[in-house]
Amino acid sequence: MVLVYIDNSEGQIKKASYEVAGYGVALAEQMGTEAVGICVGNVANDALSTLGEYGLSKILNAQNEHLNYFDSQVHTKAVAKAVESTGAEVVVLSHNYNGKALSARLSARLKAGLVAGAVELPDTNNGFLVKKSVFSGKAFANYELKTDKKVISVNPNAFGLHKKGGTATVETFDAGISADDVKVKVLSVNKVSDTIALSDAELVVSAGRGLKGPENWGMIEELANTLGAATACSRPVSDVDWRPHHEHVGQTGITIRPNLYIAVAISGAIQHLAGVNSSKTIVVINKDAEAPFFKAADYGIVGDAFEVVPKLNEAIKAYKASA
Amino acid sequence: MKILVCVSKVPDTTTKIEFTDNQFKADNVTWIMNPTDEWYALVRAVELKEQHGGTVTIINVGGAENDQIIRKALAIGADDAVRVNAEPTDAYEVASQIASHAKEANYDMIFTGKETIDYNGFVVGGMLAELLDLPYISLASKLDSDGSKATIEREVEGGNEIIEVSGAFVVSTQKGIAEQRIPNMRGIMSARTKPLQVVEPNGEGALSTIQSYELPPQKESVKLIDAENVGELVKLLHEEAKVI
Ligand SMILES: Cc1cc2nc3c(=O)[nH]c(=O)nc-3n(C[C@H](O)[C@H](O)[C@H](O)COP(=O)(O)OP(=O)(O)OC[C@H]3O[C@@H](n4cnc5c(N)ncnc54)[C@H](O)[C@@H]3O)c2cc1C
Repeated sequence: MVLVYIDNSEGQIKKASYEVAGYGVALAEQMGTEAVGICVGNVANDALSTLGEYGLSKILNAQNEHLNYFDSQVHTKAVAKAVESTGAEVVVLSHNYNGKALSARLSARLKAGLVAGAVELPDTNNGFLVKKSVFSGKAFANYELKTDKKVISVNPNAFGLHKKGGTATVETFDAGISADDVKVKVLSVNKVSDTIALSDAELVVSAGRGLKGPENWGMIEELANTLGAATACSRPVSDVDWRPHHEHVGQTGITIRPNLYIAVAISGAIQHLAGVNSSKTIVVINKDAEAPFFKAADYGIVGDAFEVVPKLNEAIKAYKASA
Repeated sequence: MKILVCVSKVPDTTTKIEFTDNQFKADNVTWIMNPTDEWYALVRAVELKEQHGGTVTIINVGGAENDQIIRKALAIGADDAVRVNAEPTDAYEVASQIASHAKEANYDMIFTGKETIDYNGFVVGGMLAELLDLPYISLASKLDSDGSKATIEREVEGGNEIIEVSGAFVVSTQKGIAEQRIPNMRGIMSARTKPLQVVEPNGEGALSTIQSYELPPQKESVKLIDAENVGELVKLLHEEAKVI
């Protein structure tokens, strides 16, 4: 059996969970078995049954007042208990913030081989091989797992959303967690509610040092707003606090894989590309025709960002109005 | 405060990645300390020691050639170091070696960087915490501690959480928590004589193996669109790339 971890926050199922539900279901089909979800937190049964649309037939709901916030230690115990009671062979998670912590812990606890950041479904024809990106997107490695239990965390946006139709039954699951198990206390959760989370975003508008100062980000935010995109930036921009740290993408920032990455006034240094080179489509706007980023781009405009970006914004608005 | 900092050795960020016989081609590679280990984990640990007293120990799992990275960490301000003399082949092997050492030594805090830039796993910190049965807080962008209680800001989708943890814990660190430090001459001189203990591995093996490597397909060359004709780009994004 394949057990899929349904990540959630404040009662809401995260988008990444729908993606891994589809991945888990596809893997279970390949293995000739069934995929079941485990949700640890405070999500209502009604909400969980919607995961049936992605092919999960059953969800275990470990609702427990001690599990409302993510704590990798107790969540690991809860998921490990579900592995034990279902006899699952493979646990599938998203390689998102929580999934990174949880997959590592589960692997150590279950002595299960781990592939952290899978980019494709496993090849189960001949053993169990999982492809993962390595060397910051400069290569891929095929990992072989031979352990009885296996853990796979899937890179966000690598598999996509695959609806199948259907509903899931939801069963209460007693994870056996008590107040004593909880060692960390969440004092507050602070979300910037009006923006799209960069790690989940399908469309991203990013800008670099070429914009010369934080006061020039208005047009970037407007373009992002028109598209429904998240905003990102290069490292020097966040180093000097023109933009918040969580927008820094690249080898030492976050790695993203949106469908569309628009890079404005970013030179395309190798360390920057490492964080964005798995994007499906890359658009580069740079006034220097020799900027290295053009070599990694699908579409490019050689021109001054201060002229091109407002025009592009208008053109997208016009397209949206006509569509 | 007794702090352990886990550091790894990785190819420099500009390295051209090539393989021969399904092995990473390591000749002509310049090796560096993993950037987030150096800039964030190590520096924050050293700052906490400077504020509150205590010790910072470095641990690395690898061969003698890694001593160069370890000496740099000592030059930045750590007090002593442990190298587990093994050639690990996966993250579990690394975590299990570090756990064996940490079990004996009773650290108040164990720091790791974010992810290594070679295998990009983001794994060792979490595994280590599980093996030691400690809380693990990932992606800390702020961390303060009075020795018994720590307050940590950690990044989550679209925001952050403020967390309080009592007792020992493992933390992975990222930007915001500290600023990179360049070792000074005094640091470099004193690093030469700081204790570096070499210990033998615990015999625990890997849970996974890499069977083969691939390079990504070559990108087709870029389609250039005239700056005066951005409407064309919108059309291509819709009709050809199908992303809007
Ligand atoms: C160990 C290490 C790790 C690193 N990690 C990262 C990382 O994670 N992420 C990252 O981004 N960087 C990282 N870097 C830094 C990286 O090497 C580059 O320095 C950085 O990405 C450059 O940022 P930039 O493109 O914004 O700025 P620049 O390189 O200064 O480029 C600015 C660009 O803007 C263009 N421009 C200027 N004005 C205009 C205009 N009016 N209109 C259009 N275009 C214009 C210029 O032609 C130029 O191409 C790292 C470096 C090291 C050594």
